Amino acid sequence: MRIALFATCIVDAMYPATARATVSILERLGHEVIFPAGQACCGQMHVNSGYLKEALPVVANHVKAFEQDEYDVAVAPSGSCVASVQHQHPMVARRSGDAGLEARAAAVGHKTYELSQLLVDVLGVTDAAAQLGSYFPHRITYHPSCHGMRLLRLGDRQLDLLRSVGGIELAELPEAEQCCGFGGTFSMKNADVSSAMLADKTANICGTGADLCAGGDASCLMHIGGGLSRQGSGVTTMHFAEILASTVENPAAVSGDVRLTTGRTAR
Amino acid sequence: MSGTFLGMPSLPVFGIGNLHEHEPFPKAARRELGNPQLRANLGHATRTIRDKRLAVVSELPDWEELREAGRAIKESVMARLPELLEEFEANFTARGGTIHWARDAGEANRIVAALIRDQGATEVVKVKSMATQEIGLNEYLEEQGIAAFETDLAELIVQLDHDKPSHILVPAIHKNRSQVRDIFLREMEGVDPELTNEPARLAAAARAHLRRKFLSAKVAVSGANFALADSGTLAVVESEGNGRMCLTLPETLITVMGVEKLLPGWEDLEVFMQLLPRSSTGERMNPYTSLWTGVTADDGPQNVHLVLLDNGRSAALADEMGRSALHCIRCSACMNVCPVYERTGGHAYGSTYPGPIGAILSPLLTGITAEENNSLPYASSLCGACYDACPVKINIPDILVHLRGEDVDSKRDKRGKRGRERLPSQMDLGMKAASWALSSGKNLGLVEKALPLGRLAAGPDRKITKLPGIAAGWTQSRDIPAPPGQTFRQWWDKEHQAPAAGPGAGAAPAAGTEAPGPKENP
Repeated sequence: MRIALFATCIVDAMYPATARATVSILERLGHEVIFPAGQACCGQMHVNSGYLKEALPVVANHVKAFEQDEYDVAVAPSGSCVASVQHQHPMVARRSGDAGLEARAAAVGHKTYELSQLLVDVLGVTDAAAQLGSYFPHRITYHPSCHGMRLLRLGDRQLDLLRSVGGIELAELPEAEQCCGFGGTFSMKNADVSSAMLADKTANICGTGADLCAGGDASCLMHIGGGLSRQGSGVTTMHFAEILASTVENPAAVSGDVRLTTGRTAR
Repeated sequence: MSGTFLGMPSLPVFGIGNLHEHEPFPKAARRELGNPQLRANLGHATRTIRDKRLAVVSELPDWEELREAGRAIKESVMARLPELLEEFEANFTARGGTIHWARDAGEANRIVAALIRDQGATEVVKVKSMATQEIGLNEYLEEQGIAAFETDLAELIVQLDHDKPSHILVPAIHKNRSQVRDIFLREMEGVDPELTNEPARLAAAARAHLRRKFLSAKVAVSGANFALADSGTLAVVESEGNGRMCLTLPETLITVMGVEKLLPGWEDLEVFMQLLPRSSTGERMNPYTSLWTGVTADDGPQNVHLVLLDNGRSAALADEMGRSALHCIRCSACMNVCPVYERTGGHAYGSTYPGPIGAILSPLLTGITAEENNSLPYASSLCGACYDACPVKINIPDILVHLRGEDVDSKRDKRGKRGRERLPSQMDLGMKAASWALSSGKNLGLVEKALPLGRLAAGPDRKITKLPGIAAGWTQSRDIPAPPGQTFRQWWDKEHQAPAAGPGAGAAPAAGTEAPGPKENP
């Protein structure tokens, strides 16, 4: 299968390891990955902040970038960005009165999958250890991000994939379905409420005794990881793609991009 | 015959009354977050109701179909509201009731006061009602020399404490029982000075207090949960029975109801009587459902009035993207699942309608251009829990985003019209710059070339702990990692080689490791 990778802007710029892991997983399964060079961002930050006029060129660029090349499906390691591509792009186009763009955006949206959706529903991955050689000997917990959970209805796809990784120990996160408080510009506009939500999330994470918190959205993980770092918790965050890509030969290092005080790394 | 041209009514007529923020939400929220008692009470109460709701909702195999039915009925009511209102009016009037139409809060208040004065009354008992909170009826009546006594236990607590409700279903959710005892001891006439904080003793004290009011009142004022067009019937759904006392004992009953509460008929009520109790109190059925149709000779109130309230509802109905907010049946499920509400409580929203529904309904009723209501649509992380919980499937997150768009556009227009009166905000400028950077792969690639500056700023700790301007909101509780040495785009261009043909499952190359390197394919 020919798979177009939508890296997403935050992963491209800040968490390239997540996109590299995505490429690695898909190639390991024998698929060809392409990276449409024109891609940039889904525009969700603009849309969710009310800047729909400014979102329009971002949306138009995404649609253009993802209709240039021939491919079977597109994939992004983010529930939130995929939800934006599927649900928001046609709306932004419609609101601007561009029916043509609306139809093209819908077509791109139909071909776009979140990574766990693609792995489970399309590529039939049920056992990461057996099918991908995934090995990650750490105690982790898992936060299901809101948009993957509620807009894409991902259910337990990410969690089930993580469960099937060799050597992994999963600690259940209390009140897992509570939002971490990120919410894009909400985290700045309503910084106090956002911080209060984050404090409860990080307390729950630390209470599990896990080395790290896994998730499926780099933005939420940056938020949670930023809080854990500020608190000096010694706990970090990691995208589930990096855990799936980790093997015995090439283990993923636990200390993430937010380097933490304990220097805890792979055992 | 000469006529006086009164002019076309100006549309839309926006709502007035208790529908506004008192201060911007972030500021109010900051204050409320600093109240540990409030946080503890709210956390406990919302968690309890949440769990109860989930239990009674999950036992219904057709819950999703019920929600869909509720949504569809409400949508059809909104589509033919004028004809249904006329049908209701005809039936209500035929059975001895009197209808009054109120364009806004001011009109509604004046109508109610005049009806009370007609009876020569100076006291009324009240059934818990959101509509009368919305129009500020109690305050208005007080100015007119009429005392209004709330009879719902929680409303009574709040009223005795000269406070405001903080939740539409449990108005005193922010108070615990010791606080309630203190309020009773301080404010309730003839209360037992030995009163303890045991719930049964508190309820008994309230019962004795209220009984005196029920037996003396000549006029009752209520809201309504539903109105049935095909028979002219009104319905109040409650838990305590105090509403039933008000609806049956006084000679005169005045109901104030928003026009959107209408249902076509009894069959539709069946759907909502399953949706409402489960979503609000987490019960299969509420203890008291009172229905009344006009006047019955020698039984119950003999003067029955209904004030039909617009107060911005027509304006909300005119908003194609926002109109489904009028489907709201005031169950409060969205509040109980909202992580923002759970931490700030209802007072932070200012308006009678707090929580997620309040964050859309209040600005829809007053108009988003009302300066004092434009921080409400931002009071959400857009987590979507409210949409999932809503029994009539109001897509609150989408409407929040829509209203944010209206807010940004209205400010843009003001700038356009008034030149330099309002300068672009930091957010405006940032969004404009980001729009350029993110609207082509080439632009983003260029901007990413500046990321090493971020690494420099992060220093040896590899984290950024303090940012200026609006970004300071982020760094007040969160670090930002130093950007990586190489973006994904750069890695792909320079180092990624297309894999050799054939799958290589099991024997995997390195990925997701700290040191990116050229990939070796097996």
